[in-house]
Amino acid sequence: MPSTTSSTTPLKRGLRASRRQSLADPAFRWFLTLTGLSVLLVLAWMIVSTTSQAWPVFEKEGFNLFFSSEWNPGNARDGTIQGTYGGFQFLYGTIVSAALAMAFALPLAIGIALYLTQLAPKRIARPLTYAVDLLAAVPSIIYGLWGSLFVVPMLLPFMNWMSQKLGPWLPMFEGPVRVRNLFVTSLVLGIMVLPITSAVIREVFAQVPRDERLAGFGLGATRWEVMRHVVVARSKAGIIGGSMLGLGRALGETIAVLLIIGGNPRSEFRLFNTSQTVASQIAAAFKEASPEYIRALVALGVALFLVTIIVNVIARLVVSRLGHVTGDAAL
Amino acid sequence: MLHTLNRAPVGLVAGMLALALVAAACGGNDGSASENPGGKGDELSAELLGAGASFPDPLYQTWIGEYTTNAQPGVSIQYESIGSGGGRERFIDQQTDFAGSDAYMSDEEIADAVEARGCGDVVHIPMVFGGVVIAYNIEGLDDLILDSATIADIFSGEITNINDPAIADLNPGVDLPDQELTVTVRADGSGTTSIFTTYLEDEDDDWARDYGSGDEIEWFGDQVAGEQNDGVAAAIAQQPGGIGYVSLEFAVQQNLPFASVINDDDNPVEPSTDSVGKAVEGLDLPDDLRFDVLGVGGEGYPIAGATWVLAYTCDMDEAKAAALKDYLTWALDEGDSFAADLGYAPLSDATEELSLEKVEQINAEG
Repeated sequence: MPSTTSSTTPLKRGLRASRRQSLADPAFRWFLTLTGLSVLLVLAWMIVSTTSQAWPVFEKEGFNLFFSSEWNPGNARDGTIQGTYGGFQFLYGTIVSAALAMAFALPLAIGIALYLTQLAPKRIARPLTYAVDLLAAVPSIIYGLWGSLFVVPMLLPFMNWMSQKLGPWLPMFEGPVRVRNLFVTSLVLGIMVLPITSAVIREVFAQVPRDERLAGFGLGATRWEVMRHVVVARSKAGIIGGSMLGLGRALGETIAVLLIIGGNPRSEFRLFNTSQTVASQIAAAFKEASPEYIRALVALGVALFLVTIIVNVIARLVVSRLGHVTGDAAL
Repeated sequence: MLHTLNRAPVGLVAGMLALALVAAACGGNDGSASENPGGKGDELSAELLGAGASFPDPLYQTWIGEYTTNAQPGVSIQYESIGSGGGRERFIDQQTDFAGSDAYMSDEEIADAVEARGCGDVVHIPMVFGGVVIAYNIEGLDDLILDSATIADIFSGEITNINDPAIADLNPGVDLPDQELTVTVRADGSGTTSIFTTYLEDEDDDWARDYGSGDEIEWFGDQVAGEQNDGVAAAIAQQPGGIGYVSLEFAVQQNLPFASVINDDDNPVEPSTDSVGKAVEGLDLPDDLRFDVLGVGGEGYPIAGATWVLAYTCDMDEAKAAALKDYLTWALDEGDSFAADLGYAPLSDATEELSLEKVEQINAEG
């Protein structure tokens, strides 16, 4: 504030830009444009370099990379591709584990967001918000160790019981129950994606106009009815947007999955048996991989990238349609 | 008040800078003082970079620590445990001074390496032997004897219960419970898998036809895979009926129950650094020291393999070559006790002689 009192012509001085200041504006604009473009540059570079390295694999396998399950790595050193690389089982495991994770995480995330924005008194809401955000700061290796060393033994009796009771009727629960399995993997993945998903949903819920909520109460709606028909209904686009961020993380999670999923891909859906994802297959194999096998792993990575793009495009379409219907809350 | 507050930190920073400069200057003097008496001839000075196998990594780090603190403080050695395959690739690409590998290089790899080097040859120096044990988690069972045929059948999913007649035949008098088996293997590519499957490939024709051998193989389909030895051991420990293979040094540290295996002379042998050491005694080793440990008899434990250090015979920096030869000689001569403590089997005297001959060939062509 001192300038207003000491200067003689404060207004004039504030308005006239010095030479340096007049340059600052366009320079800053260029800088921001550059940072924006750098994202595209890095992405393009990644796509080009990985695709070109994996090209011989694409050439040989074609669509088999996506739709065949025969995975038999070769050891060629001369740039040729001698093995067979059908990645369907890995892509399948990736999508199933991520989808299951979202099935666990989404109801929980919506519940947390509703509680924090609609019900919780401030002195509880604050620390609880921090606690949920803190989950995001836990390194994924810790989730992996926690899942494989503590969650599994704790849930083993429960999984055995489920498998005995439901296995005869529903193939997805069929035994044998393995200590490394899809169910625990998805559960841990669900907890890992909870912070990002619930943070987005929380923001969207907070955007719901107070007037509309009060109007709901004014019409005699109960708390539940207001949440159900005003808050949630208005935020569908945001909920899907948040889920997509979570799904993106679940699709790409590597080390935690590697430690819990049991590394043995399957093309049938068995909750209590092993599976394998693209990311954890790459992590498991690349250390001892031959030059040829590394190309195949890169190709698998590119395939996952394509699948992720498809999932994202579908999500955008859904969001934009819902957005038009519900009047686009926040996102 | 504002001014003094602003300036105080500047003075402080300047003071600290001055202190740091003085300290740096002193440090510099110390450094040059200790370098001066380096002309004695005995004291070596070099920085070596190696990378490769993770299986011998605990031992290599112990050796390196001991050697660089007590034997040759002027030498610094860095060994990166990136896996045998990665180690061989970086060695071929001329990025390291030496490599560690649980598998010997193929003729093709050697040709690539020599071509990249532009001269000489690659020497394979066996450093220690390691065993692979069959660990299990079966309630009430502490003693188990298996042979190559039952191991092959278990790991190909043909024997699914521990009370299988084939296993009962090998364990007379042992009460085998009715327990479904869950086969546990390595998720990551590994020299341990290679030693284990090379043994089965040699012993069992069905195995050779259906699965073969390698760092990573396509298993029968109903196995569980764990990451590293720890992951396999944890999965076995949690799964009733779990059975899998882990490296001996790991099983020893973790106190896992493991099976005795019947060797080619029909002796059931309990795995230990001692019995793994004996496995290699009767072997006829080829000149280039690239070999698998197969057809073990006598008192030897049959599932074993060597781990090698790889180096070039030419175009090495003189100081580096001298340091590498000195370190490897020291490790082979005096490192045995560290090896046994950590669960690796030291080389027999005869093999050690052969290894030392190979060490002499490092950079021998200049």
